[in-house]
Amino acid sequence: MTKALLLVGVGGQGTILASKILSEGLVEQGYDVKMSEIHGMAQRGGSVTTQIKFGKKVFSPIIGLAEADVMVAFEKAEAVRCLPYLKEEGVLVVNDHEIYPLPVLTGKEEYPTNVLEYLQKKVKQCKVLKANHIAAELGNTKAQNIVLLGAVIKSLGLEELAWVDILKKHLPPKLHELNIKALEVGLNL
Amino acid sequence: MKLLLTGNEAIARGAYEAGCTVAAAYPGTPSTEILENIATYKEIYAEWSPNEKVAVEVASGASIAGARALTAMKHVGLNVAADPLFTMAYEGVNGGLVIVTADDPGMHSSQNEQDNRYYAPHAKVLLLEPADSQECKDYTKMAFALSEEFDTPVLLRVTTRICHSKSLVELGEREEVGVKEYCKDVRKYAMTPAHAKVRHVLVEEKLNRLREYSDHSPLNKIEWGEKKRGIITSGISYQYAREVFGAKASYLKLGLTYPLPEKVIKEFAQAVEQVFVIEENDPYLETYVKSLGIECQGKELIPICGELNPGIIRQAFFPEEAKEKSDIITDLKIPSRPPVLCAGCPHRGLFYALSKLKDIVVSGDIGCYTLGLMPPLSVTDTVICMGASISAGMGFEKAFEQGAVEKKVFSCIGDSTFFHSGITGLINAVYNQSKLKIIIMDNRITAMTGHQENPGTGKTLQGEDAPIIDIERIVRAVGVKEENIRVVDPYHLAETEVAVQEAYLAEEPFVIITKRPCALIREVRRARSGFSCSIDEEKCKKCKACLRIGCPALALKGERVFIDPEMCNGCGLCQQVCKFKAIKKVGEEND
Repeated sequence: MTKALLLVGVGGQGTILASKILSEGLVEQGYDVKMSEIHGMAQRGGSVTTQIKFGKKVFSPIIGLAEADVMVAFEKAEAVRCLPYLKEEGVLVVNDHEIYPLPVLTGKEEYPTNVLEYLQKKVKQCKVLKANHIAAELGNTKAQNIVLLGAVIKSLGLEELAWVDILKKHLPPKLHELNIKALEVGLNL
Repeated sequence: MKLLLTGNEAIARGAYEAGCTVAAAYPGTPSTEILENIATYKEIYAEWSPNEKVAVEVASGASIAGARALTAMKHVGLNVAADPLFTMAYEGVNGGLVIVTADDPGMHSSQNEQDNRYYAPHAKVLLLEPADSQECKDYTKMAFALSEEFDTPVLLRVTTRICHSKSLVELGEREEVGVKEYCKDVRKYAMTPAHAKVRHVLVEEKLNRLREYSDHSPLNKIEWGEKKRGIITSGISYQYAREVFGAKASYLKLGLTYPLPEKVIKEFAQAVEQVFVIEENDPYLETYVKSLGIECQGKELIPICGELNPGIIRQAFFPEEAKEKSDIITDLKIPSRPPVLCAGCPHRGLFYALSKLKDIVVSGDIGCYTLGLMPPLSVTDTVICMGASISAGMGFEKAFEQGAVEKKVFSCIGDSTFFHSGITGLINAVYNQSKLKIIIMDNRITAMTGHQENPGTGKTLQGEDAPIIDIERIVRAVGVKEENIRVVDPYHLAETEVAVQEAYLAEEPFVIITKRPCALIREVRRARSGFSCSIDEEKCKKCKACLRIGCPALALKGERVFIDPEMCNGCGLCQQVCKFKAIKKVGEEND
């Protein structure tokens, strides 16, 4: 049985680093893993998604409608945008964080005020985190992606792996302490 | 050892293991990382060429000289490089020659959706299509061997999902093949009409041998499952089909897709009840299968437009099952998130200055600055292909003259795109005496594809220092008069507006070079990290003029405008458009 994991957010939020660490851990666990992400024009402040599939043997690297077992949204409007990809019984981990797109910044469109309520109503297993807030308390909001990573690892039941070692491989030494703390907090949420 | 690699990383690894010694490319999504990864192997000479034609010619020369050579480009890049491709099919190779074409179904970052498999029969070269990262590595190695065995360039065709998806790859050792001896042979390597007449006959004979080979190649293989449905497929479409049908179908997975294996296809079709062709975009395989007199279904079920995915296949074959799947329907309206010029982008000042002129047409080009067409700036009128800003602008001007239309034409082109194919357009504008207003937006990097070096940056792909090709000197050398050249800093709005006004009034070719490095370059980020702008609430009249520059660091919350200090780099454009002096700069530039 393959499992499908979707990470969604906005360019610059660190979704790619989180998915790199995650998929390396899955390989170590012995799974066949495929991961797909799109770079390009949309990266300039646009929506970004990374798709990870793992299992005994994976064919398609992409996740279709109602196929994601777990979705992690680094930004809450993006959670709504990608909701059709989540299985009915799927798990949603959502960061209570807003990034306004240009049409909202210039007053042409509105950012809805009831996003979290809406998501909680739609998704039975919806976990809301204040990852930016937590990361800021740890010293740098940029570590929000690692807080979210920790939470996802927990919801996948993969806490046992040597995540700290993998994390260290992908970050310069001066960022180790902060991000290890962020991971621990995420794992315990 | 098995590693999780993208298709692009795996192609680079394949080139390394195959003993490739020369590689050349021009960056283009989704192909860019192939050369970036090849550049990390010190055994290979790797370069960013100014355009794809140059890259293919560098690789062709290297191949004739005896090196195993690789070149890579996005699909539209092969249009630029089609000229050497077709003639190299006649000349053949000495060292293996592999040309990677990275197509972009779904147009994630492209201006069209062309299916480059058709180049193979058109140019009469071998075509390989890997379906995952392991195959990317294996097929690249095989492509070098086949290129030498059959004396032909090999086209390796990948797509965005193959390039940018990661899967497990078993690494191997590099095979040192060295550089073969070069023997002068003008009948083979100098394509005059007399030589080409002989070579064309040889090419056709070679294709016959390749057809034979294709029927026995391990790259074309049958995977038997239930025989009710037989699916002929290739590349990423194979993975999608496998996911949807599992063991409930048999598959003919084609890895060598030109020349196609006639006998294998016929045998497969005979052994199954019904034949389906599942492929992304054009009916390339289907047309061939039908030409063999085989009844099959393809494009009746699978759309030509857009990127394929398992959901589309499921919808086509099992509509009932597909309907059940999409059960979460979102009914909350969320705002769109279009791509935007970054906060602090030096292109913004120029586009803002242009947005003040009403009777102009702006001929745009390929790069981040294509976004000049987006609201609220909405400056750009047209985008065709790399370099077209200047030459198509010339056509606009001539047509307006013929039709007595009173509009001025501006062409906007980036530094890398200017080196790629803008120079010839500039020569044309001078030679044919236009009044074109050309703006070369020099942000000191090839930004859109993720910051690659170019002839103007002073660095090579492999990190060596290089001579800086000075755009201003090129402009002068081409014949633009000294008094018609301006070099401005687009962070200084007044200076930029004056230059734009002068260009507007000019009766001869006029060139403005806006010079300011991309805000995302690491050194620029570091230097400006302490900088930002902030709003003085007492002075702000809430006129919202600052929002018209379309900067993502400025946000309207209720009636008040806020500036996000994290995002803002203190470029000061908003400060310069504020009539009430309500925006001030804070912080200092770091060293």
